[in-house]
Amino acid sequence: MDGLTFTVGRGELFGLVGPDGAGKTTTLRMLAGVLRPSSGDAKLNGVSVARDPERVKHDLAYMSQRFGLYTDLTVLENLEFYADLYQVPRAERSARLERLFRFSNLGPFRDRLAGKLSGGMKQKLGLSCALIHQPEILLLDEPTFGVDPISRRDLWLIIHEMVAQGVTAVVSTAYMDEAERFDRLALLHRGGVLALDTPDALRGSLGGAVLAVLVDRVRAAREALRRHPAVRGATVFGDRLHVTVRDAGADAPQVEAALRDGGFSVRELRPVEPSLEDVFIMRIAMAEAA
Amino acid sequence: MTARGGAPAVVAEGLTRRFGDFVAVDHVSFEVGGGEIFGFLGPNGAGKTTTIRILTGLLLPTSGRGTVAGHDLMTGTRAIKRSIGYMSQLFSLYGDLTVEENIAFFSRLYGVPGARRAVRRDWVLEMAGLAEQRDRLTAELPLGWKQRLALGCAVLHEPPILFLDEPTSGVDPISRSAFWDLIYALADQGTTIFVTTHYMEEAEYCHRLALMNRGKLIALDTPRGLRAAMREPILEVRVSDAPRGAEALMAVPGVIEAAMFGRVLHVAVTDVAGARAALPARLTAHGVTVTGIEQIEPSLEDVFVALVRAEGGAPVD
Repeated sequence: MDGLTFTVGRGELFGLVGPDGAGKTTTLRMLAGVLRPSSGDAKLNGVSVARDPERVKHDLAYMSQRFGLYTDLTVLENLEFYADLYQVPRAERSARLERLFRFSNLGPFRDRLAGKLSGGMKQKLGLSCALIHQPEILLLDEPTFGVDPISRRDLWLIIHEMVAQGVTAVVSTAYMDEAERFDRLALLHRGGVLALDTPDALRGSLGGAVLAVLVDRVRAAREALRRHPAVRGATVFGDRLHVTVRDAGADAPQVEAALRDGGFSVRELRPVEPSLEDVFIMRIAMAEAA
Repeated sequence: MTARGGAPAVVAEGLTRRFGDFVAVDHVSFEVGGGEIFGFLGPNGAGKTTTIRILTGLLLPTSGRGTVAGHDLMTGTRAIKRSIGYMSQLFSLYGDLTVEENIAFFSRLYGVPGARRAVRRDWVLEMAGLAEQRDRLTAELPLGWKQRLALGCAVLHEPPILFLDEPTSGVDPISRSAFWDLIYALADQGTTIFVTTHYMEEAEYCHRLALMNRGKLIALDTPRGLRAAMREPILEVRVSDAPRGAEALMAVPGVIEAAMFGRVLHVAVTDVAGARAALPARLTAHGVTVTGIEQIEPSLEDVFVALVRAEGGAPVD
């Protein structure tokens, strides 16, 4: 990371996105105080990580991609262990556990050994353990890594619930559909911040329109369009081609004609709201070209 | 039905695997055609990994039968291992070897003939876009590049079938797109691809999808076919505050499930007209403003969640 500066508001859900190796994990590790920056400092709740790392740790929960669960303890025993570790008062425990179980759907499995849980449930238990002491700041490094769609929904429910209670969360992800959930996000690139804004503002920064095209041989169609003067970018997105152009009205007929001339059969072509993935790909491509 | 012609690359007939009392794979049957990109989906713990272990010759089925590249799952496990490439999310690459040393190592491991090794090495370096990184330590490469290298190493011996177990977990959109271009290039050359993923956008890239839950195969169709077969209507609801909106719609009559989908809500309902009438008031009462509501074609994630729910929810093991 090189001279990284940003602030996160209290109660904000703040995202870190960027290509592999852009520095998402390094940033979170420095914020959590597990990695010392070569220079610079971070303040969490006004407390310097460099000067007072122990006091900072009390206020935060950090979940790395490999969170330490005790596989030979049950779900409940793991939660109790972390509650002991963080000195959660006995009187408050049952209410907190009940709340965490409600959102994680782990209640029915409280007596199961953590080692016998599926990957998604392990991840939910890890997050629940990190939250048992009701931290004010959450640092989550790709919490949905390798998690199926159903557990992914549960994990996000837990995160949103914490934010609704006023917790500040800084979350990294490789998935742009998840990035849509952030209040603001920083797009990291080569150790710096390439863009930092709300999802809507980032969409606006695209400075163009996106056409979603349902077409046969979608990858060949993308290659055919890449050379077209009206096309700023083309990517496969689910079952469609997303084509970034300057102006939807003026450029759509040209794109459609180019595809038909190329022998492709266009079944549908319409302007859509740009996705964060469109923005991500365009901004990175522009930065790489610069 | 198989998506491509020719002899099936994979055949499973009543595949079953027990571990004590637990049935990890329960009478699973399907065929994968040559050159097909076959997506294998399911919640964590559904039995996908056990099935892949059987199909890659690492584990024998308790009962049932099948073939991979024409070799029997019971008697041909050694031949199967030579006929397939396998790449898992826990790559086998050696971090303390260079890119080129890893390629050389896997060439020897897979028995690539000496005369062919240089050709295959150059092919992998070119395919993975790693020619300029050939002398770098593998551990220093970004994740997306490691994954492309792992893919290249898995196909050094030119196997007709390639198994990919969550190959793109944690990879950024640009690397993921590049990875899928490679998958398509391999499939176009006739390689059969058997791939697991938790990301439904990627599942769209497959010719056909199999969905497993609790050890059973619960759906098998093209992505379009699966979406078309979904019975529950999905309403896309645009709201001022999606997390609050999702919570407000929990346990509302007529709402089967409400989930955030990016910034909007996807709400599976029992009755479209009733829900259209009832949902705005419910959301407004919780301080959430509704700016749009329309019925949409379900996403593959909607389909996945609905099918798993209909089959008793995600597995407990």
